[in-house]
This record gives sequence, structure tokens and C-alpha cells, in this order.
Amino acid sequence: MTELSTPYAPSREGLRGAYRTMRRIRCFEERLHAEFAAGRVPSSVHLYAGQEASAAAICAHLGAQDYLHNTHRAHGPAIARGADLIAITKEIYLRAGGLCQGKGGSPHLHDARLRLIGANGGVGSGAALACGSALAIRHRQENGVAVALLGDGACNQGVVSESFNLASVWKLPVVFAIENNGYAEATATSYAIAGDNLAARGPAFGMPSTRVDGADYFAVHEAAGVAIECARSGGGPSLVEIMAPRFYGHYEGDAQKYRAPGEVAELRRTRDCLTRLRQRMIDEYQFSTAEIDAMDAEIGVDIDRAFAEAAAAPPPDPALLMRDIYADRSGL
Amino acid sequence: MSVKSYRAAIREALEHEMQRDPDVVLIGQDLAGGAGGGGEDDAWGGPMAVTKGLVGKFGRERVLDTPVSEAASIGAAVGAAAAGLRPVAELMFCDFIGVCCDQILNQAAKYRYTFGGQDQVPLTIRTTIGAGQQLGSQHSQALYPLFSYFPGLKVVVPATAYDAKGLLATAIRDNDPVIFCEHRLLYRLREDVPDESYTIPFGEARIVEEGGDVTVVALSRMVHVAAEAVRALREDGIDCDLIDPRTTTPLDTDTIFDSVEATGRLVIVDEAGPRCGTASDIAAIVAEEMFNALRAPIRRVTPPYAPVPAAPELERSYVPDASRIIAAVRSVMER
Ligand SMILES: Cc1ncc(C[n+]2csc(CCOP(=O)(O)OP(=O)(O)O)c2C)c(N)n1
Ligand SMILES: [Mg+2]
Repeated sequence: MTELSTPYAPSREGLRGAYRTMRRIRCFEERLHAEFAAGRVPSSVHLYAGQEASAAAICAHLGAQDYLHNTHRAHGPAIARGADLIAITKEIYLRAGGLCQGKGGSPHLHDARLRLIGANGGVGSGAALACGSALAIRHRQENGVAVALLGDGACNQGVVSESFNLASVWKLPVVFAIENNGYAEATATSYAIAGDNLAARGPAFGMPSTRVDGADYFAVHEAAGVAIECARSGGGPSLVEIMAPRFYGHYEGDAQKYRAPGEVAELRRTRDCLTRLRQRMIDEYQFSTAEIDAMDAEIGVDIDRAFAEAAAAPPPDPALLMRDIYADRSGL
Repeated sequence: MSVKSYRAAIREALEHEMQRDPDVVLIGQDLAGGAGGGGEDDAWGGPMAVTKGLVGKFGRERVLDTPVSEAASIGAAVGAAAAGLRPVAELMFCDFIGVCCDQILNQAAKYRYTFGGQDQVPLTIRTTIGAGQQLGSQHSQALYPLFSYFPGLKVVVPATAYDAKGLLATAIRDNDPVIFCEHRLLYRLREDVPDESYTIPFGEARIVEEGGDVTVVALSRMVHVAAEAVRALREDGIDCDLIDPRTTTPLDTDTIFDSVEATGRLVIVDEAGPRCGTASDIAAIVAEEMFNALRAPIRRVTPPYAPVPAAPELERSYVPDASRIIAAVRSVMER
């Protein structure tokens, strides 16, 4: 496996941004968890808590010219990419003013202006679509990259292997960022992933590949940076497998009996990217607790506002049912 | 006889058929759940909890949890069927057929024909259909017309727990590939269902109501919505025949023809779309065969020609409801 590493030497500002993103995601998901339990969330939601470092570190490297293809565990990456928190919340609540006008919902958060591409009904399709984004970027000489977020489970789709190969054959500026959270639904990776090592699939397709600890923001930042830089400078695709715990169920309402007793508590204690980052900011970068608490408070206010606005928003305009089926209705 | 849910009736049919025939194996995602984890086995018992308990009775050799790999696992089920097993594969949402179309529409459907009748493919694919859970465009479709397009496949759309149990037993014993479409909103529906095993033949419609003024044909969950409309219409003096074909391939045209012969009026209610759908299919067959019996234009009540939206208000206006069926019946009565 190719070694990918350049040490990450963050600025205080960089760390502040990373922390804010991760904290915002965590806060959002915890609030959504409570709202769901109270029966106030329509439809089904998959929470990203535990995996925040992945989206935050990847998005720290992305600019306006880059594409991010999301998974169904969509809220975290959408927040990290900078999508409007209120519009995200309204979309999850299936209300007017949602990112997709209430027609998509939680898994399909999409913001074309940000080149944030919503997830697919069939997991894994984003790998192929990202190849297409990368092709367009290269065609237009935009100096951009396309990042495909993929779950471990999604990697068992044929289209993902095909996309690995296609990206390599065409030397596309793509990064396949696999978020390995240990499970696809109720099935553990140790059962479903032959070889139990997704990073090992990269070299088989001629791609540089690495596996990083998703609880370590610094490590993900480094690995993602190398892969994205490689793609941006014409070096072709790479693969990054990010080992990140899932703190909640597959979706809300999942009783999670397939997990060992105490497993989640242990993961929260030992593999929480947010508490680790916070500690490191205090220990190594002279952040004060008060400074961090102030960020937390600010974020809390934003989250409250987003949920309040979503709850108060009207349903979508009934005419939307028949709108946007085609871009051009002539002849229909 | 005891009161059972649609879900429990399906589970019972699976259990009976697995007891009856050791070659029946189940293939799908999280049919048990918990594989490789540190917690409980059979933690899910299927994404819709239909197969709960079966792994305890039959073991993982016969209840096979798969990776998220429909192309490979449905393809393997086709191959296993052709090689003599009697697999029941689960496609969690019919919408995911996109990733295994070749396996179903080309391999399963045409295996016997292409190879000159040397083999048979006794495969059942259980899948789920339907809108109503705010799951949006890619988790809410009713794609059974797609399956019926393909000769070689049989297609079952049970509306009741009783039918689900008997038709699933028939599907598993059948020597052709059968797509068995379970409507997710029906899983909790409860009614009296025999405890013992029984089969219901394919291609025999169920006459739900007898009226004589108008023929209403409805499928899957729409049978219940149509029944509500039929009851309301009866209070207004319009008596409908309500027919549930139960299988779209084979399709019991005789029962529909007999009814239309008497009523001269036909309304078809379908949760699949208005283009190239089952309602269009039945309308075309009746128009062709029964033109002289018709006293009014055939009416189809379907969703609009649109994907399924997620927001509940939009979704409700997408799915046909009783008021639309009542309006359609009244409109054919005016002629
Ligand atoms: C083709 C396809 N098969 C099955 C599903 C049902 N499904 C939704 S999420 C999921 C698990 C995916 O696991 P993974 O890719 O690891 O993502 P995670 O949920 O762990 O984030 C499955 C099987 C689907 N959406 N698409
Ligand atoms: Mg996973």
C-alpha cells in the first residue's frame, strides 16, 4: 500500500473551524435524535454522530470547484460542506424552503450551488456519479476534484468496484472516501467485507490507498489532503478508508440489539473524535475551556433556531408535485 | 384459524415451506441480522421484521444474510434455482431492482426459454412496494408493471394476510421465477388466517364485492382504498363489483370480462403509474376484447405521471384515495 502522509500543522483558525463544524454536526444529530424520539420527525433519518471528523476534514480541503457526493447518512457532510442549516432542517422536516423543497428528505440533501450531491436510493451509486463529476471537472479544466463518500456496506455494490476501475483507467480526479463505521444496517463488516480491509482494494485497481483512524481529526485531515492533492494535481484517483464509529442506530428507531452490550458507551469513551479534538486544542494549541464553551453556546443557538424555523415552516406548495419532472416540458 | 398480521402470515408461509422442502433457502440482507457483531443473533429478523425467528429454526445454512450486493445475491439465487434449489430471495425495496435488473429481467426471466426449455428456475423474489412512508422517490415505488412486462416472470400482489400466505406458498412451490410484491403499509393489517398451510392458485382473481353497476378492479393496497369507495358509493345507490386480480401475471381476465359483460363500466385503480402500467394493461385488454360490452369509457385511477415526493402533503396527493375512485365511478355512471 502506498504511504500517504504529510504532517498536518493546523493554524488555530483552522482548528477553530474544524471544531465548529464537528460540534455543529454533533449538536444537530443529538437534537434530531431527541426530536425523533418525541415523534416530531417525519420519515426516517440516519445519524452521523461519531463520524464528524471525516466530513469536517474532507471538506476542509474542498473549494467551490469541487464536488462532494454524499451518502444517506447525509446531515454531517451537508453541514460540513456549508449548506444552510435552516434549509437542511426544513428538508429533513419535509417543509417548504428545504434544500430540495421537501421532495427529497433526509438522505437526499443536495445543494447544486455548493456542488454537494445528494445521496442515492441505491447505496454506492455516488461512486459512479463522482466519476462523472470528475470527468466534467477535467473537461472544463477546473482544477477540481470529486469526492465520493461511501459506506463500508456500499462498497459491496458492483458499481463501486466498477467505479474504482473506471476512475483508474481514466485517471480521474476522484477520491473514494470510505466511511467504515463497522456496520451496514445490522450486519458487521467482519462478516460482510471479505478480507475485512477496504483500503486493500485500492491497489488492486492501481490506486494509492490508505486507512485512517476516523476518531483522529488530524489523521483524517492528512490522509484526505494527500488524496485530494494527488487528484487535483493530475495524479488520478485514490482511496481513503476512514474508520469511524457510529454512535446511534442504523436509522432512528433501530434497537441495535446486534451490538455488544456496552459497545456504544465504550466507543463514545475511547473513539469520540470531538472530545479528542477538543482535548488536543486545549493541550497543544492553548485554547481555553471558556473559548471552546463559547463556540458551543453559539452553535447551540444556531441549532435551536434551525429547528424552530423548520417546525414553523409550512408544507411545500401542492403544485410542486408536478413540477421539475423535466427541465423542458415542450411536447409533453 | 387465528388473527394474524400480513407480516406474520408471510412469515408462516416461509416457515411451512421451509419445513416442507429442505431445498427452500432464504437469501437477503439482514434476514437475521447480527452477523459478525458482538450482540444478538437474529437482531433484525429482516429489514421489515418478516423473517424474525426463522434463523433460530433453520440455521444460517438456510437463512443466508448477504452483503449489500443485490446483483451477486439475486444472481446467485437465480443460479441456485436453476441448479435445483428453491430459493426465496429478498429485494428490500423494489426500487433497488435497478442494481440487479439483469439478474431478474434477463437471467431469471429468460433462462428457461433461452436454453430451449432444458431448465427451470423455481425462484421466488420477495420485494416491498408502495408509497405512504415519506421515503421519497427511490423508496416508494410500485414497480410491479415492470415485472409483468417480462414474459417468464410471474407477479403476485397480495392485498390481504390470507392471500399473502396462500399465494406465497404457491410462489415457492411454483417452478418459475415469481416476484412477490409486499406492500409495506399492509404489514400490520390483521385478519383471520388459517394456521395450517394452504395454497391459492395463480391467475384467480378474488371477487371482493358484488354489485353489478360498475366493475372496479384494484390491486394490492388499492383494494382496501377501493373497498372504502365502494362502501360509500353503495350508500348512494351505486353498487360496484370489486375485483382483486391478486396476480398480474398470470392475469385472470375471465373474471374481469364476466363482470364487465354485466356492468359495461370499468374503473381500474392502481398505485403504479399511469403510463405503461397495470391499469393501462388491463384497460387495453378489456377495450380490445370487450368493446361492445362497454357503455362508458374505461377510467383509470392512478398516481400522476410523476416520481413519488417525500413530503407527506405531496405524497398524499400522489397516491389515489377513495374520493378519486368515487369520482371516477360516478363519471362512468353518467354515461
Ligand atoms: C442497493 C441498495 N441495497 C440496499 C439498500 C438498503 N440500505 C440502506 S442503507 C444500507 C446500509 C449501508 O451501509 P453502509 O454503506 O456501510 O452505510 P452506513 O449506513 O453504515 O452509513 C442499506 C443496506 C440500499 N439503500 N440500496
Ligand atoms: Mg457502514
